Amino acid sequence: MSAPDTASAAREIKIDRSRLPEPGPARPFAFPAIEKSTLPNGLRVWTVCHPQVPVIAFDLLVRRGASADPHGKDGLAALTADMLDEGSGDRSAIEMHEALARLGAQFDTDIGSDAASVSVTVLTRFAGRALTLLADVVARPALRDDDFTRVRQLRLHRLTQLRDMPGVVADRAFLKLLYGSHPYGHSPIGNEAALAGMTVDDVRAFHAAAIRPSVATLIAVGECDHGAVVRLATEAFGDWCEASGDAVTPDGAVPAAAALNIIPRSNAPQSELRIGHVAVPRDTPDYHPLLVANTILGGQFVSRINLNLREDKGFTYGARTAFEFRRLPGPFVLQVSVQTTATARAIEESIGEIAGIRGPRPVTSEELALGIAALTRGYARNFETAEQIARAVMQLALFDLPDDYFAQFVPAVARVTTDDVSRVMARHVDPARLTTLIVGDLDVIGADLGALGLGDPVVLPPDAF
Amino acid sequence: MRRIPVTLSFTKHTLANGLDVLLHEDHTCPIVAVNLWYHVGSKNERPGHTGFAHLFEHLMFEGSQHHDRGYFQPLQGAGATLNGSTNADRTNYWEVVPSNALELALWMESDRMGYLLPALTEAKFSNQRDVVLNERRQNYENRPYGLAPMALLSALFPPDHPYHWTTIGEVADLHAVRLDEVQAFFRRYYHPANASLALAGDIDSDEALAMARAYFDELEPGDRVDPVDASASLSSDTRIFFEDRVELPRLYLAWLTPAMFAEGDADLDLGTDLLANGKTSRLYRRLVFDERIATDVSAAQNSREIAGYTQITATAAPGHTLDELEHAILEEMARLVAESPTDDEMERGRVQAESQFVFRLQTVGGFGGKSDQLNAYNMFLGDPAYFDRDLARYQDVTHVSLQQAIARYLAPSRRVTLSIVPHGRVSLAAADSERAVVS
Repeated sequence: MSAPDTASAAREIKIDRSRLPEPGPARPFAFPAIEKSTLPNGLRVWTVCHPQVPVIAFDLLVRRGASADPHGKDGLAALTADMLDEGSGDRSAIEMHEALARLGAQFDTDIGSDAASVSVTVLTRFAGRALTLLADVVARPALRDDDFTRVRQLRLHRLTQLRDMPGVVADRAFLKLLYGSHPYGHSPIGNEAALAGMTVDDVRAFHAAAIRPSVATLIAVGECDHGAVVRLATEAFGDWCEASGDAVTPDGAVPAAAALNIIPRSNAPQSELRIGHVAVPRDTPDYHPLLVANTILGGQFVSRINLNLREDKGFTYGARTAFEFRRLPGPFVLQVSVQTTATARAIEESIGEIAGIRGPRPVTSEELALGIAALTRGYARNFETAEQIARAVMQLALFDLPDDYFAQFVPAVARVTTDDVSRVMARHVDPARLTTLIVGDLDVIGADLGALGLGDPVVLPPDAF
Repeated sequence: MRRIPVTLSFTKHTLANGLDVLLHEDHTCPIVAVNLWYHVGSKNERPGHTGFAHLFEHLMFEGSQHHDRGYFQPLQGAGATLNGSTNADRTNYWEVVPSNALELALWMESDRMGYLLPALTEAKFSNQRDVVLNERRQNYENRPYGLAPMALLSALFPPDHPYHWTTIGEVADLHAVRLDEVQAFFRRYYHPANASLALAGDIDSDEALAMARAYFDELEPGDRVDPVDASASLSSDTRIFFEDRVELPRLYLAWLTPAMFAEGDADLDLGTDLLANGKTSRLYRRLVFDERIATDVSAAQNSREIAGYTQITATAAPGHTLDELEHAILEEMARLVAESPTDDEMERGRVQAESQFVFRLQTVGGFGGKSDQLNAYNMFLGDPAYFDRDLARYQDVTHVSLQQAIARYLAPSRRVTLSIVPHGRVSLAAADSERAVVS
C-alpha cells in the first residue's frame, strides 16, 4: 500500500480481499416525468425534458405492426414502413435523405408485431426541421410506383439472402410452427410469394388505413419544452387526417406443432435451436414474476441455461430464454446455437432446465435475490440517454401502461417471492407443449435424436415459413 | 456555421506502478462506468499462436484468487451490466454499476489484474477454449460471407505482419495452445503499467481516486511492453475468390491506409462515407438506386494502431456480375478524384461528424461511451484530452485533402479484390481471380 493520498479528504479505505464489499445505500433517482397533450387530429404528443446534452430524440410510434398484415399479404406493413422515407411531395427519395443528412440526423425505421416506429435524433438546434421531416415521412410519404418497385425488389433480394442465415431461418420457421396463420405467425419481412403479389396500391391503402394519428404517439426527449414541441408538432402534423380506420381482428387460433422438427442444413458446424411455445400477453398480472423467473432461467449471463450449456458444457457461445411480451400472447423461447455434435444433449439439457424450474428444482432464495437485484439495482441506467428514455416511454404508449410505471417497477419486482416464480412458471410454461426446432446437419445428428423421447423429428423444407 | 463546444472534461493520474487513472464526473444518472483497457490485442500474437489474446479475455471472467467463482455473479447482483472485448490492438473490460457499487467493481477488476493465475485451472481453460471455438463457428464459420475477414487480412498484410490474422484466430492454433503459455501471456501484458483505468459517471473525483489507489496501488508493475513494429505494402491488384454457402456473389475491394489518427485517416473516413455509406452516397445512388445492379453497398476506413485498411463491399443483384460492380465502383472513385466533391457533400459530412461526436457524449459506459473514449485517446495517443481535436480532424477536412487521400491511398493498381461466390458458381468471381484457401 502506498502512503495515504494527501490530496484527498475522502474516508480512508481499508481493502479486504477476504470478502466482497457490500454496496452502500442506493442513491435516489427521479424517473422521467412525462408531459402529455393530444392534438385535435388525435395525435398524442408526449415529452420528457432531459437537457444534459444538446440532443433531442423523436420517436413516432404507430400501433400497427406486422400483425396488421392482411391475409395473404405478409410483409405489407414492413414494406409500407420501408416506403415512408422514399420521398414526400416533390422531394425524391434521395433528396429526403440528403435533407436528413444536412441535419446530421440519426434516422431509423423499426417494425415489430404490434407497432411500427420512426425515430430521428438530432442536435437540438435542428429540432424544428427534423420534426417537419419526420411528419413528411410518416404522414405525407410520396409512395411512388417506381420507388415501390425498387424497394420491393430489394426486400425480395433480402429474403433470398436470409435463406443463408441459419439463425434467421430458425426464427422465421419457429414462428410459423408456433402460430401458423395467426397474425404473429410470420416475421415482419413476410415471404416471397406475398411480396411478389403486392402493388403500390396495397401500400397506399395500408398507409391510409393503418398509419393514422389516432393510433400514433409522438415522443420527444431531450433539451426541449413541452409547449414548444406541441406547437412544432401542430405545424408539422396538423393536417394529418384521420381516415376511416382498419378493424384489427386478431385471429386467436394457434396450431399444435410436433414436438421435434428439423430443417436440414448439411455440413453445418452448429445447430440453431429454438424451444418454446405460445405463452402470455404483456398485460398479464404475472408480468413481474415472469421477468424474475426468466432472469433466473435464461435472462442473464449467470442464468441456469447459460451456466449449464456454456460455462459447464462449453457447447455454445451463449444461450438465453425470453418471454416475448406483446399485446396478444407472445412466445416463450429458448434460443441457442450449439456445436453440431452436442445437439441432442443440448436439447435434453434445455428441456430439463425449463421443466426443472417449474417444480423439481424450484428457484432458491439466493437465486431469487440475485434475479431481483439484477433487475432492480441497475434499473436507473435505462434512463441515461434521450434515446433510451424515448424507447422506455414508447413501451408505455404501446402497452397502455400508467405514468408511474417506471417508479412502480422496482417495488413490483422486489415483491416477487420464490412461490410466485413457481406459480407463474407452472401456469405459463408447460414442458409437454414445448416445440423444438433444429436448423442443423440431419445426417450427423439424426441418430442421436431418437433418444430424446420426442418422437421422430418432422423434417421441414428450408422455406417452411 | 455554429459549432457546439464539444469537450470531455477529466483528470488524469498515474499511480506509482504505472497505472493511468482517468476520472470524469457526470451526475445525470446514479451510475458509474468502470472501464479498463490493457494494451494488448491480436497484434501481440505470433504466427502459430493466433487467437490467444481473445481466448485470454474469456479467462478473465472465470474467477481470480480471492473470488474464485464466476466474475459475473456479484456484479450482476449489484445491478451491473458488464462485458469485455478484444481487437487487434487492445483488450477492454467494463462494468456499468450503480454508484454505490463502485468499490465492488474496483475490487473485482483489481483482483483479476493482480491475482488471476492462482485461480486459473486446466478445466476452466479447456471449457473456455470450447466456448471460443463455438463463438468462431457462430460468428464466422456458420455465417454467410463470415470468412471474408480471414481472406482480406491475409491478402492485405504479409504473413509476419500482426494484422495478417483475425482476432478470433485459427482453429488449429486454438487447439494447440497450452496453459503455461496463458500464464506467460498474463505476466507480460496484464499489469498496471500496461493498462488504463477510466471511471466516468456519478463519482466524486477525489473519493474515486482514493478508492482506485486503495485497490490498485498494491499491484506490481510489469515490464513495459515494446511497441509492435511492422510494415505492409501492396504493389499490385491481388485478385482472389472463394466459394461459400451464399445465394448472391459479393465483391470486396480493400486498400492499405494510414493508421488511426494519422494524416489521411479522417479524410478517408469522410471519403468512404461520401462514396458508399447511406442512401445519399454516390455508390448507393448509382449501384442500388439508379442502375439497380447491387443489393447493397457499404464502406469503412478500418483504422488501427499501426496501419489501416479501407474496404468497400457490394453484393450483386441477381442477373448482374461482380465485374459490373467493380467497373462502376472504380469509375465513381475516379470521378471523385477528378472532380471535386460538392459543397453540399462536404457540409453534410461535417455536420454528421459534429452530430456523431455530440451523440457520443450521452453515455458514460459500455463500448464507445465516454469512459471507453477517454481510454482510447489515452492508450493510443497518451492524451485523453484529444476529444475536441479529434472532432477538429473531421471539421478540417477540405475538398482537396479528401480528393488527395482517395487518390493517394485508394489506388486501383494497389489493392485486394475478393469475390465470394455461391458454391459451384466459380465463374461468378470477378475476372482473373485466383482461389483463396480460407477456414
